[in-house]
Amino acid sequence: MAHNNLKRALIGALIISASSVAFAADKKPLLSGASASMLANTCAGCHGTNGASTGPATPSIGGISAIYFEEVMLGFKNGEIKNTIMTRIAKGYTDDEIKAMGEFYAKKPFVVAKQSFDAGKAKKGAKLHDKYCEKCHADGGSSAEDDSGVLLGQLTPYLHYSLVDYKAGDREMTKKMKKKVNALIKKEGDAGFDALLNFYAQGKQ
Amino acid sequence: MKITRRGFVKGAGAATAIGMIGTPYIALGASKKVVVVGGGTGGATAAKYLRMADPTIEVTLIEANKHYYTCYLSNEVLGGDRSIDSIKFGYSGLGGHGVKVVHDVVTAIDAGAKTVKTAGGKSFNYDRCIVAPGVDFKWETIEGYDAKVAEDIPHAWKAGSQTVTLRKQLEAMKDGGNVVIAAPGNPFRCPPGPYERASQIAHYLKQHKPKSKIIILDSKPKFSKMGLFTQGWKALYGYETDNSMIDWRGSAQGSNDNAVVKVDAGSRSVTTGFDDTIKADVLNVIPNQKAGKIAFAAGLTNDSGWCPINLHTFESTIHKNIHVIGDASIAKGMPKSGYAANSEAKVCAASVAAMLNGQEPGTPAYVNTCYSIVGKDWGISVAAVYKLAEDGSKITKVSGGLTPTGASPEMRAREVQYAYSWFDNITSDIFM
Repeated sequence: MAHNNLKRALIGALIISASSVAFAADKKPLLSGASASMLANTCAGCHGTNGASTGPATPSIGGISAIYFEEVMLGFKNGEIKNTIMTRIAKGYTDDEIKAMGEFYAKKPFVVAKQSFDAGKAKKGAKLHDKYCEKCHADGGSSAEDDSGVLLGQLTPYLHYSLVDYKAGDREMTKKMKKKVNALIKKEGDAGFDALLNFYAQGKQ
Repeated sequence: MKITRRGFVKGAGAATAIGMIGTPYIALGASKKVVVVGGGTGGATAAKYLRMADPTIEVTLIEANKHYYTCYLSNEVLGGDRSIDSIKFGYSGLGGHGVKVVHDVVTAIDAGAKTVKTAGGKSFNYDRCIVAPGVDFKWETIEGYDAKVAEDIPHAWKAGSQTVTLRKQLEAMKDGGNVVIAAPGNPFRCPPGPYERASQIAHYLKQHKPKSKIIILDSKPKFSKMGLFTQGWKALYGYETDNSMIDWRGSAQGSNDNAVVKVDAGSRSVTTGFDDTIKADVLNVIPNQKAGKIAFAAGLTNDSGWCPINLHTFESTIHKNIHVIGDASIAKGMPKSGYAANSEAKVCAASVAAMLNGQEPGTPAYVNTCYSIVGKDWGISVAAVYKLAEDGSKITKVSGGLTPTGASPEMRAREVQYAYSWFDNITSDIFM
């Protein structure tokens, strides 16, 4: 038994070393250790300078929580969160690089997007936010300190896509979120989400 | 302070840096003047990001035109869904970052004296020069086609007045007309561009002139995002049916059977390498390309017609202290795209800022993302994250790829919205 285990371990070691040799032959070693700003600036072409997106659909990432950034990027990287483009991009970064980018963007200001909204719906949305969302997305959805996504002033098409993905099961909700979202659907239906999106679009607490 | 793998060098350590890589860095406290030649995607991004990296660097950007029309999304102007003004950008935003913008034409760069000379008779000194000249055309590869003929038979491969001309010709064309697009040979600016153009023109014709046809004459056996384009063309434009709106005619490897070799402007017809003559109602000839004019004048090109560079700093391997970015550079491993130019500009700006401060350039990181709009709610993309090979020989793709062909209609529709987001954000990242 012990012998077999040793044999297995040895075979394993051989396979690992063989594959790393093959890797070295196929691919040249790459430079690592890019700075946080160097890494983060590659995002700006789609997410705006310093992560302040001009929209319409890519989210602002400046001023969001570093932990939330990391969580979402790792979700894209390991395929837990489905997305057409970010799943392809996130795999290009090590976990440490993702962490560094998250910390970089967390220090930038969150710039509230200028968007059109329906004042009546926004008023209703404010109430729904307090009832269903405020516990995790604090300060009217403007806080990054709760390590949840910033919702207030975030781009509406992005929030809409995220909700569609959550509802379709393409992105997993936390237990708490699931409970609240289900309650909201039951009580208010899609109009409830529409009201919430209008509240977040108007950008003020 | 984070210590990079190759060490952080400053002050006394600078001597080691010189020994290590043999570059005569300027000592701290010396002047820090950068002249950027060309205000397109690469040049304007570099100017802005240099000022963001170190506001004590004096940055002068010299650009001939008062406005820049982006090539990206100019195909949507041809398709009629977008106005020409929506792709027009000025330089006041760069002024806000402290970039001095001069509208003039650079005629010479003296690498020895470190001066840039302009047609307006001005001379600018630099410590480092960043050249972003874009592309020029190899007119000589197509008989009967030149810059003058292109005013009536546009290439529209630099957006602006020719984009408008081509759009007007499409609007004036009768239903049942033939649109002929001559696609260029590799390498050229925006590899998916000719095929997105065909898609956008088909999008217009389908709505307004459904009996019309588009023939793409190509010197290549295949093209960028080919599987995704043909999938979209089949779904939207009857591709490969008897009633196909788009007819792509490629050439076998090594042949020029379907390459346009001659243009007859009078009859608006083209001749292929196989000696077929095809008459067009609207003709769009996109010639083969090379680095922009100033790259040749400054002696920055090699036999390929493009500019060899150090992939870490984008410094020319021909002339010291001159960097070349964007389409004109040989950025081995990266495509000639707008996003690549934007990404290269940031790597170059960070390197130049470091070197002007007596530091060693940090490890680079590069990205490309590129969307094409095939038709209504039908977007496709390619993306890649790159790292530099340790020996500096190649910019190597570490992840990325194409939109899956099995993407849902919802995802394809989102990709159109992401394409618009890409456009809005990259243009603000460059010009605002």
